[in-house]
Amino acid sequence: MSSTDMAQAQPQSGRTAGVFSTLRRNVPLSIGLGMLWLVTMVLVAIFADLLRPYGITAMDLANRLATPGNVKHWLGTDELGRDVLARLIQSIRVSLVIAFSATILSAVFGTVLGFAAAKFRGWVEHLVLVLADFQAALPFLIMSLAVLAFFGSSMLLIVCLMGFYGWERYARIARGLAISASAQGYASAVVQLGATPFRVYFRHILPNVASTLIVSMTLTFPEIILMESGLSFLGLGVQPPETSLGNMVGFGREYLTRAPWIMLAPAVVIMLTTLSISLVGDWLRDKLDPTVR
Amino acid sequence: MTAPLIKADSLTRVYQLRRGLFGKPTPVRAVDGVSLSVMPGEALGIVGESGSGKSTLGRMLLGIDPGQSGTVTFEGKSMPTFGTAEWRALRAQMQLVYQDPLAALDRRLTIAAQIGEPLDIHDLLPKDERPARVEALMAAVGLRHDQADRYPHELSGGQRQRAVIARALATRPKLLVCDEPVSALDVSIQAQVVNMLCDLQEDNGIAMVFISHDLKVVRNIADRVAVMYLGRIVEEASSDVIFAAPKHPYTQALVSSVPVPGKPLVGRTILQGEPPNPANRPSGCAFHPRCPLAADICRTTVPALRTIGVQRTAACHLVEGADAPLAA
Amino acid sequence: MIRFVFTRLLRAFITILAVVTFAFVVLRMSGDPAQVMLGPDVPQDAVDAFRKAWGLDQPLWIQYLAYIRSIFTGDFGVSMRDKASALQLVLERIPATLQLTIPALVLKLLIGIPAGVYAALHRQSIIDRGVIMLSILGFTIPSFVMGLLLVLIFSVSLGLLPSGGQDTWMHGLLPTITMSIGGIGILARFSRSAMIEVMGQPYIRTASAKGLKWPDVVWQHALPNAAVPIVTIVGFMVGSLIAGAVVVESIFSWPGIGRLLVVSVANRDLAVVQCILLMIAATMVISNLIVDVLYGWLDPRLRAQTAH
Repeated sequence: MSSTDMAQAQPQSGRTAGVFSTLRRNVPLSIGLGMLWLVTMVLVAIFADLLRPYGITAMDLANRLATPGNVKHWLGTDELGRDVLARLIQSIRVSLVIAFSATILSAVFGTVLGFAAAKFRGWVEHLVLVLADFQAALPFLIMSLAVLAFFGSSMLLIVCLMGFYGWERYARIARGLAISASAQGYASAVVQLGATPFRVYFRHILPNVASTLIVSMTLTFPEIILMESGLSFLGLGVQPPETSLGNMVGFGREYLTRAPWIMLAPAVVIMLTTLSISLVGDWLRDKLDPTVR
Repeated sequence: MTAPLIKADSLTRVYQLRRGLFGKPTPVRAVDGVSLSVMPGEALGIVGESGSGKSTLGRMLLGIDPGQSGTVTFEGKSMPTFGTAEWRALRAQMQLVYQDPLAALDRRLTIAAQIGEPLDIHDLLPKDERPARVEALMAAVGLRHDQADRYPHELSGGQRQRAVIARALATRPKLLVCDEPVSALDVSIQAQVVNMLCDLQEDNGIAMVFISHDLKVVRNIADRVAVMYLGRIVEEASSDVIFAAPKHPYTQALVSSVPVPGKPLVGRTILQGEPPNPANRPSGCAFHPRCPLAADICRTTVPALRTIGVQRTAACHLVEGADAPLAA
Repeated sequence: MIRFVFTRLLRAFITILAVVTFAFVVLRMSGDPAQVMLGPDVPQDAVDAFRKAWGLDQPLWIQYLAYIRSIFTGDFGVSMRDKASALQLVLERIPATLQLTIPALVLKLLIGIPAGVYAALHRQSIIDRGVIMLSILGFTIPSFVMGLLLVLIFSVSLGLLPSGGQDTWMHGLLPTITMSIGGIGILARFSRSAMIEVMGQPYIRTASAKGLKWPDVVWQHALPNAAVPIVTIVGFMVGSLIAGAVVVESIFSWPGIGRLLVVSVANRDLAVVQCILLMIAATMVISNLIVDVLYGWLDPRLRAQTAH
């Protein structure tokens, strides 16, 4: 940045108009497709009840193991005659709801702890860091398995469990950014203006931290989907009659040779969804990080 | 004789410097028994090297850093503890201008929003009158009207510092503490900003404490100057007097290094030795290892700050005309 | 350097202690430990005797200390299914898991790192784009999907490789490949970005300007500096090898620790679960410790920082 008064920095055109035209110009095709896929998935999750052709436990016994392309069953049926498409739609909803809730839970939990560590320092900070180390030390899968072994699999437990995934990342980010903001930065300047701590955190530090946090969220979201799918695949996650993507893959495994579509449909959805989020998340990070520009 | 606006009495701040996880903590006296006062509308310059404690002193005056001993009185009332509601309310009367304007501004908000923020925090003007005040403030510091919607990173260094100053003035404070406000700016801009501060100070009758390591800058703006060395004031006098006839050897060395345009720089006193390390104070007078006039007494006894003339004090064993000690 | 190692050892110890405490707390929260340890169909007086023998009527913190002592003497209790010592069961299965995880780790290192480094050195080339795409696929496709797909292709359609069991070395091929693909993807990506960042540093340009031949610049300057972040990731991978094995062993019916864990969780065989949990935690902590020490050796700045 030039420091002579004579040099004028380029003024930025009105912010909202700029964002849209930038989008149209700068979004590569793959990212655009990724975003489209994600929007579709979200819509499916929201309108699942309207979209499902049949109930998830409805059995069409005359048409068991029907191949896809069927007029009555677009994606075929499984060994009990249940419509794969219907179950797929419901699974998308269940998996996405779990992943969303868990992502938000862990982001809020992690950010609050990170801010607390930065604000109170001392033993609070030590405690938070030790917990964060502990969380990072154990593979999450193993820890979840242990907890599920001890307490059994229930939907509530699974969401809460997934809600602990990755909180330490948010905590570290929030703590780091809050500390650098307060030392010589804008946060201490605003405190010095007379602002209450609440105002400092919510009006200043949080908006600044938000973009980094959001990028972090796009990274943990697909990991949570994979984690939950893995657990459900092993039979330890979402339990029947509820269905989730991993669940379906697990059940479809036995019919791999005879009816691969039972397993392939949810597998493809998992892959495309995590791929889309990863791509869009990476792209978002490059966009939001001014140092990369 | 009007009462001082702000008065500091024997302020001391010691903090513990810990080497590594298992080292012994060493106490560091950042500020050691400093007393001073500032009259309403007066500009006091505080000069010193890094490590002299001038920034810490500035923060203690505002009540940001607590002291181990000593008091600060503002308008006759003692300074509330940092973080309390009274302390926050008092901010409307006293403000701090930092060295790094980019760090002091929130990069996500326009400067107009930030200049107006104190009005929001202290709920000073009715909402519809605030934009007008922000405009007036921007004009007073020399920012253009169309720069109101800019973000900090879109402005130059000098413009950012002006924005920070405008924000500090928003509540019409009675005291402004400026901690190296122009050190991060280009030399040509420094003069502009200092002149602007000067004008603002005189027009509005704001008392100012101007902290800097650069004598040339302080000379332009300060009515009185206090020179600090390793946490203590070693000389204090009006600005003209200190520049014309400094008495303390340290002040003499500093003043002799200030170039005067048109004249060659002669008679410079070059100081020997390293800049002082507050964690490792020399015995006796802290300046003695580098003092060209050091005598035996300087090695053993800490010189007290004594009156040596009208409105003049100095802390040196070798200065004549010394009265009874002011403060030890 | 000694002080550095000491502080790291201390932290490692504290972490293990934390995991043991976690296991203790969760164990106590989930039900009567006597019941848990002995099994569900044991008469009440046996349970009472057990409680006395194990000091379960003592205050909680004494129990905690006794628990720690039993852990460190290798006594994890008895598996509910087999009535054999839990530790015994677990130890028996370790070789099987190692047969998969060690080759997988080797594959990850041998393919992932060179691929990433090569891609970084030849930016925008086909190899670079290929590596990026493959690595993204590698870590977005979950291992269970990958495993099943491989089975579909190689076992079912092509009939080349067996799909389950542990009989011949050919049985181990698909599981090993499945386990390594994700890791190859991650390592390639990380190595690539670590190299890119190092290559952008001014000292690389200086080395080249000094007249040093390009291969020497890469080997002597770029790679050692890029090694630090890469070593971190490898450390994580080593520590979480067993986690990766869990799913893969289940798919391929491979009789290793991972499969044992899944089965034990399904049966709520807490003694075995505990044992595996602690063993994994110990592995991770030790591998992180080794990584930290390696760090200190690789990067003198880190050593200097913590030395005072």
